[in-house]
Amino acid sequence: MSILSIKANSLSKAYGTVQAVKNVSFDVRKGEIFGLIGPDGAGKTTLFRILTSLLLPDAGQASVDGLDVVQDFKLLRQRIGYMPGRFSLYQDLTVQENLQFFANVFGTTIEKNYALIRDIYVQLEPFKHRRAGALSGGMKQKLALCCALIHKPRVLFLDEPGTGVDPVSRKEFWEMLRRLRDSDITILVSTPYMDEAELCDRVALLQKGEIMAIDTPEGITASYQRPLFAARSDDMYRLITDLRTLEPGADCYAFGEYAHLALAGTASRSATPTRPTTLSRRTSTETIQQYLESKGHQNVEVLNATATIEDCFIELMHD
Amino acid sequence: MNRFFAFVLKEFRHIYRDPRTMLILFGMPVVQVLLFGFVLTNEVKDANIAILDPSKDVASIRLTNKLVSSGYFRVAANLQSPEQLEPAFRKGSIKLALIFPSDFGHTLDHEGTAKIQLIGDASDPNTATTLINYANAIILNFQQEYAQSSLGVQQAQTPLILAETRMRYNPEEKAVFNFVPGVMTLILMLVSAMMTSITLAREKELGTMEILLVSPLKPLQIVLGKTAPYLALSFLNAALVVLIGMMVFGMPMRGSFLLLGFECFLYMFVALSLGILISTRAQTQMAALFVSALSLMMPTIVLSGFLFPRESMPVFLQAVGTAFPATWFIPIIKGVMIKGVGLSYLWKETLVLVGMAVVFIGVSVRNFKSRLE
Repeated sequence: MSILSIKANSLSKAYGTVQAVKNVSFDVRKGEIFGLIGPDGAGKTTLFRILTSLLLPDAGQASVDGLDVVQDFKLLRQRIGYMPGRFSLYQDLTVQENLQFFANVFGTTIEKNYALIRDIYVQLEPFKHRRAGALSGGMKQKLALCCALIHKPRVLFLDEPGTGVDPVSRKEFWEMLRRLRDSDITILVSTPYMDEAELCDRVALLQKGEIMAIDTPEGITASYQRPLFAARSDDMYRLITDLRTLEPGADCYAFGEYAHLALAGTASRSATPTRPTTLSRRTSTETIQQYLESKGHQNVEVLNATATIEDCFIELMHD
Repeated sequence: MNRFFAFVLKEFRHIYRDPRTMLILFGMPVVQVLLFGFVLTNEVKDANIAILDPSKDVASIRLTNKLVSSGYFRVAANLQSPEQLEPAFRKGSIKLALIFPSDFGHTLDHEGTAKIQLIGDASDPNTATTLINYANAIILNFQQEYAQSSLGVQQAQTPLILAETRMRYNPEEKAVFNFVPGVMTLILMLVSAMMTSITLAREKELGTMEILLVSPLKPLQIVLGKTAPYLALSFLNAALVVLIGMMVFGMPMRGSFLLLGFECFLYMFVALSLGILISTRAQTQMAALFVSALSLMMPTIVLSGFLFPRESMPVFLQAVGTAFPATWFIPIIKGVMIKGVGLSYLWKETLVLVGMAVVFIGVSVRNFKSRLE
């Protein structure tokens, strides 16, 4: 048996004149959490729909668990679990009725695969007679996950499970995914949140229907070449515009309560990563600090920063 | 099969948890049958008439009494002069006026013929015609009676052809006999088709269609699973409508209940599969509702023979009418309830409905997209 769970080979799909997915290829190994990372409109949902046999690709082939997504779609649909981006359970049915329905539709029972969902379902149990529509965002996601898992799929497709969910529930949700991976379920997950990307085993960065990079989250951040700083002052908006004119090629963008400043990478992307901390550079935290103070900024703070997936994403977008 | 049962159970829950669906399913038919039954009728009862009778003799009074005792007319005004006629019509308080000459009885006795004048309010031509016809029939009848009783044989007989008519199955010519089957047909079609046409569209709108598709459910299971609960509920509905027709409007039930039940069941299955067919194409609930209301309501009312006799339609429209299930169901329901005939008389209509059901379900399953558009 192949160790690959999902194989996507040069997939393309257009809606009218809009090219949603362009020549996308990637592989997902068995038992891996693979993240498709990209902003809205990057083509994540379209890829999901192709891989779950809901859409036919215009070009390219894909297989999931060894089954072709076009030819073998009937068999495939018994082996996959799919949680669409929009909450897609029956809001007028209770928690238990929803779960029961999906178990029966897949020809199984809740009891049979209870072990798989127990960790998640215990949190839902107190609300099992509540209608799904009356659940909180986090609870809805947990129920949707239970429903997608109840037939013990071999591959689980989660389209933006973190969207519309509070940070605590999101964290819990990802902990569950990690536990599921240990029961040999391959998970393909998409998210627009860069912080969730770091929880995946491997990620593909997707932008305008094209894959910009595929690697482990560490691999992606390690390949970041540019000197990177974090800065803040009392007037963040002016700070960002000022920093953009610091030197040619400088990028500056808001990043939490700081602004991230990426300078034009002088070093080529060589095998030896040049860390921005090296003092050989002309520009350092001190020079930036002086520059900002000369522009009249108050309470200036400048730090060296390590690249995150988001920094990598923004850099790749400029390429 | 367990899979199918789970789907049907889910559908039942959707229906009984949604007050609006329940209201449309059970409230609408009852209200509509009552409304149609009471309002949409061309029968005339207790119509107000005015009498201008300057002669006031035995003959004129007997004729007036005969008119009033028929139950169709009620004397609202006894006019004293022809000038009062116009204001009475203007006020709209009378529909018909009967004017005797000043020597009605005398002329009738001595000359064997007399003239009276009937004036109808033709601003509503149908009612006016009906009233004039009723009045004429009564006057003719009076004439014969009068001739026998008071003239005896002394008068030279003018030969009279007396056409004795009998209205079979509905001797009193009650309009409800026509309207109740028509309304039943219309309402069962609308409720069944409308309800099911929105049901698949709703899954598409809510996004649940996506997970139904990514499941081992087969299109036929989804299509039939959507139909089954509505079939059961519509059947209750049909029973309710028949019951109202019998209890409130005095519809007879001369045929077998079993056959009626079977035919209703069949008709509703056709209507439901038509709804599903619309649903497989419509993307939104609004679109589905619009299409089903527009494409089913008008033909069912206009072309099926419910309001207008099919015989008087142009051949082309008659042909179009045959494409609608209602056209075939109205003769069935009238046949069973009013004439009391059995399947041996209705097999053709029944067969057409069976064929329609098979075609609609077949096309729905074929139309059903196992992928998103």
